[in-house]
Amino acid sequence: MAAESTLALSLVEEFVSGLQDSKAKDAAKGVKDGKFTVLQLVEALGSSLTSSQPHTRARGVHLLSEVLQECYGELTEREVEVLIAFYENRLKDHYVVTPPVLKGLKALTKCTNLPPGSAVSMLRSVFQDIHVQSLMLSERACVYSMLINIMETREAELKGLGADFVFGFVQSMDGERDPRNLLLAFQIAKNLIHGGYDLGKFTEELFEVTSCYFPIDFSPPPNDPHGITREELVQALRAVLTGTPKFAEFLLPLLIEKLDSDVQNAKLDSLQTLAACVSQYEHKHVAEFLQGLWTSVRREVFQTSSEKIESAGLAALTALTSCLSRSVLSSDSEDSLSTFLDFILNDCKHHLCEPDLKLVWPSAKLLQAACSASTRASHIITVAVMPSLLEQYNNRTQCSHRRTLLEVVQRFIHSVKNCQSSDSDESVFLAFREALCSIVFSALSESNSSLQITATSVLTSLAQQAGLLVESDIELALDHLTRLLLTEEDDRVSLAVVECAGALAQLHPALVVTKLIPKLKKEMFTEPMNQDQEEVSELHSHHAVRQWCLSALAAVSIQPSVVQESTPVLLEVLRSAHTGSVNFSVDEVVLTCRSLQRIAEQVQDSEEAGRCFHDVFIPHLLSLALQAALQGEGSSGTRSPLVEEVVLSAMVPVISTSCSRLQPTLAGQTASRAVSLFLDGDVSFLPDNSFPSHMQLLKKQEGDSWSLSRLVCLLMGSVCSLPRSVEVPQIDKLLSALEEMSCTCSHPLSYTSAAKCFAGLVNKKPQGDSLDSLIQRTMKRVCSELDSPSSSVRTQAFTLMIWVAKALLLRYHPLFTTLTDKLFSLLDDADLGPMAADGFSLLMSDSTDVLNRACHADVRIMYRQRFFSENSAKLVQGFNAAPQEKKPNYLKALSNIVNKLPKQVQVTELPALLSLLLEALSCPDQDIHLSTLSCLEPVLVNPPQVLIQQLEALINRLLALISSPAMSVRIASLSCISTLSHFPVHEVLPFRARVLRALAKPLDDKKRLVRREAVQARGEWFLLGSPGGR
Amino acid sequence: MSEGTRLENANPVIFQRSGERVQTASEEDEDVHDPIDDREIFDILFKCFTLHLIRSINDPEHPLSLEELNVVEQVRVKVNDAENTVGVEFTPTIPHCSMATLIGLSIKVKLLRSLPDRFKIDVCITPGTHASEEAVNKQLADKERVAAALENASLLEVVNQCLSTRSI
Repeated sequence: MAAESTLALSLVEEFVSGLQDSKAKDAAKGVKDGKFTVLQLVEALGSSLTSSQPHTRARGVHLLSEVLQECYGELTEREVEVLIAFYENRLKDHYVVTPPVLKGLKALTKCTNLPPGSAVSMLRSVFQDIHVQSLMLSERACVYSMLINIMETREAELKGLGADFVFGFVQSMDGERDPRNLLLAFQIAKNLIHGGYDLGKFTEELFEVTSCYFPIDFSPPPNDPHGITREELVQALRAVLTGTPKFAEFLLPLLIEKLDSDVQNAKLDSLQTLAACVSQYEHKHVAEFLQGLWTSVRREVFQTSSEKIESAGLAALTALTSCLSRSVLSSDSEDSLSTFLDFILNDCKHHLCEPDLKLVWPSAKLLQAACSASTRASHIITVAVMPSLLEQYNNRTQCSHRRTLLEVVQRFIHSVKNCQSSDSDESVFLAFREALCSIVFSALSESNSSLQITATSVLTSLAQQAGLLVESDIELALDHLTRLLLTEEDDRVSLAVVECAGALAQLHPALVVTKLIPKLKKEMFTEPMNQDQEEVSELHSHHAVRQWCLSALAAVSIQPSVVQESTPVLLEVLRSAHTGSVNFSVDEVVLTCRSLQRIAEQVQDSEEAGRCFHDVFIPHLLSLALQAALQGEGSSGTRSPLVEEVVLSAMVPVISTSCSRLQPTLAGQTASRAVSLFLDGDVSFLPDNSFPSHMQLLKKQEGDSWSLSRLVCLLMGSVCSLPRSVEVPQIDKLLSALEEMSCTCSHPLSYTSAAKCFAGLVNKKPQGDSLDSLIQRTMKRVCSELDSPSSSVRTQAFTLMIWVAKALLLRYHPLFTTLTDKLFSLLDDADLGPMAADGFSLLMSDSTDVLNRACHADVRIMYRQRFFSENSAKLVQGFNAAPQEKKPNYLKALSNIVNKLPKQVQVTELPALLSLLLEALSCPDQDIHLSTLSCLEPVLVNPPQVLIQQLEALINRLLALISSPAMSVRIASLSCISTLSHFPVHEVLPFRARVLRALAKPLDDKKRLVRREAVQARGEWFLLGSPGGR
Repeated sequence: MSEGTRLENANPVIFQRSGERVQTASEEDEDVHDPIDDREIFDILFKCFTLHLIRSINDPEHPLSLEELNVVEQVRVKVNDAENTVGVEFTPTIPHCSMATLIGLSIKVKLLRSLPDRFKIDVCITPGTHASEEAVNKQLADKERVAAALENASLLEVVNQCLSTRSI
């Protein structure tokens, strides 16, 4: 025992007289470890606590408080009671003692076993003996934290204290100025309000003491370590002010007053606070301020100074209206909603009818904001406004006026859509259905294109109103749309029509199937008239009509029921194009494939759609492609457009998109069908079965004919895009056939597709020995081809290697490094060097047909960054070691890699590579210039210091590129030069005269796009360092 | 001048802007020579800069470009690439617009900076649209006076502000 108390005594001695602050930690540790108790510590402190010197007393209390802060959890209830009594008493002591006392009290408030009543007595003495605002900042924070702690644990006791607690708080925060403490104080105030404390007669005081900070005007000092933002304070204060309807009578006048302010932030804050507070209020709270609020909001929207304020004002109006709509009416009170809407209608409605339509938009926006608040409001407003709008439309003759009115109508319909919740309500526009339909249809029949476009969007909005349009309306609408589609020459109108048709098909699939699709089909299969005559324009327009029909078919095919009708039409197009029964150009066939692809992308997932793909889509496409290929073998007479390579390439995404969306079981069947077709020549599942048996699609064809071998791209489309869970049958046989083909075939599309297909399968093959040995075997073969300079298939071998490398890079396979090493060594190769440099671009970019996420490939995140960080050093090394004539390859590879990195990574990594990139700008290859410039451009926006040091070199190189023979390089370098003018003025000013002189020449460039860039750049540089410029 | 703060033309009639120039295939073709045409000059002048000056004497909330105010129309821009001449006629918003000279000067400076020096640039007021048309035209045509005006730092400042593409 004695030893323990001497330990405590010595610690106390060293802390109090020796002024060693670290001893407090030791003492706390002593208590925690059980070396001595708090009681023993207090005994040891005895003399210092009773000293006649206030500083010694303060020091003593300080030690005790420090210890309590660490060990408040271990105190017994009895100890806490004694300590609280002691501390309360010390509050009356000398002012230097107060700070440690408050610290101690704060520690005690965190105790879980506060004796009942002690919290209240603690607060009473704090409020009584202390004037909070004369304390220092940290002590004030201490008091606030005490309050927060107690409010968390002793809510019931505090509520018993009644309004006195509120009063004490109001007094203690009155005049607070530090933002950190304000955040705490606002939190307490918010707890007071939301916790249901009795504000009593101090409601106004609490409001006054917080609202005096509204609107918050705070800009944090630069490098503020506390990181408090204006936004935080605004949100905290708003939570207090909007927390209770009791504040309404004070807050609303304040908001009206602050809306008059000239400060934009004050207006914005007021409007947002208004929107937030009325969500809590009932109509009786806002009733007397309605006129004032409306006047202020109207003023802000009419004389709008920024879009932000305008939208905040509209949001506030919506909130206010929905507050009024929510309230329950008693029989004798007047309907405040209709009073309020009367204000709005009185002030806005007449603007909709003014002859020059000047204030139409702000008025319409206000009305629509109110309209979107509730069903009742939308009823009142539409009934008042719609008839006059419709009448206006019919009376006006100018198209621009009509369009404006139609747009206003559209916004109204749209705003009503937002508030209609239950489907039981009938649409508020029901009464105007006929009138609305008639103006929409009349607008569709006008010749003005912008009017027609607006009409289509009104039509879409109307259709989206549940239960508004009847079947005959939709039918009529579809007739109009079809007519426009078949006759309209303006592309913008056709586009709008296609979109509208898509929206209608979403809602009324059955009508689209019966009305629209047959007409489109008929139109597409009619041969253009007087085809033999030289009416090129006629022919052209027929082509355009077909084109729009195709995209309309794609747009309407969202519901499976429509898809089942539309895809046969498109397949029919392909078939008749192939047989030549109807004349379709290659362009049209490609567009058909695009439409099919779009359908495959957008159709809603369902069993039905999957069946349709599996049973109809894929077999038909494969069969058509095969027929065309066999016909191509014979190659006599008229060639089917399906023989063209563009068509084949367009078919690939159709197949891959539809395969990637198949359900697992169907996907498995599709895979085995495709594999057996290509490996065994099994054609049994294809329609129109008249194929020779035992075709060997993957074997080397006689005479190296490529018309059949290139079909491998379709195999790629089907097996590489299946979900990863689907197992591809006979995969080993398939892989070796593909490897053979990609290494021996001489036709580019065939060997590239085979390589891609191989890579796509490798990417999905499960990890393990069989994969490793497969890769090693392939690598061996590829390397042996690449290493013999006389080999005729080096390009093929390289293609296979680069695709396999990509497949492995994406899945982080460990064997990837051997492939990269090989790739780097090829940069020095005389023939393949440039190709290897381009290969890096392939590695880093997303490929469109295989090895992407849509094809369910195994793609890890940030593989680009990983590749860059692992290989950039190797590349720089190789560059330094390479002979002069090979250096461009390295630069090209580097700029290909850097170009594809995400912008943020580029900006951080570039400084290190800058000298190399500058070198790249002076080497002769135009592609390198272009890709390097595109790397540099984002960095120039926020130039790092390294770049500024190299400014001279950079400007020299850029100015040299202005006269590059390639126009895209000239444009890119001029836009870089333009960005340079935003560098720090003192750095770029020395170059001004030189740059201006150099920029005079491209002003007379032969290409307009270059001139435009030059004008822009020269203008910026002229402003540099000139009065009024920069 | 007590009228300094009052707007001369508080509520100008606003005209619709013409759309972006549609890029044609021949513009992307490396080998084709695109001649400088009226539309290009028009774009140089009025797509790339907004007259902040106009903005400041007008409603500051409605940034209007010269095109929207119809100060310059494409039909009043004449270019002859072969003969190296450019002529621009501009229309002040009201016949007594005190800014006419300044607008003219800004247009002239912008063209001087943006066109090859082989061109002779002629800027004048659309006939019959301004009270002191002749005097302004004379000032704008006088090389010496234009040069002298640009020596004047405060005048240059205003012109540069007009030509600055950065928003305030």
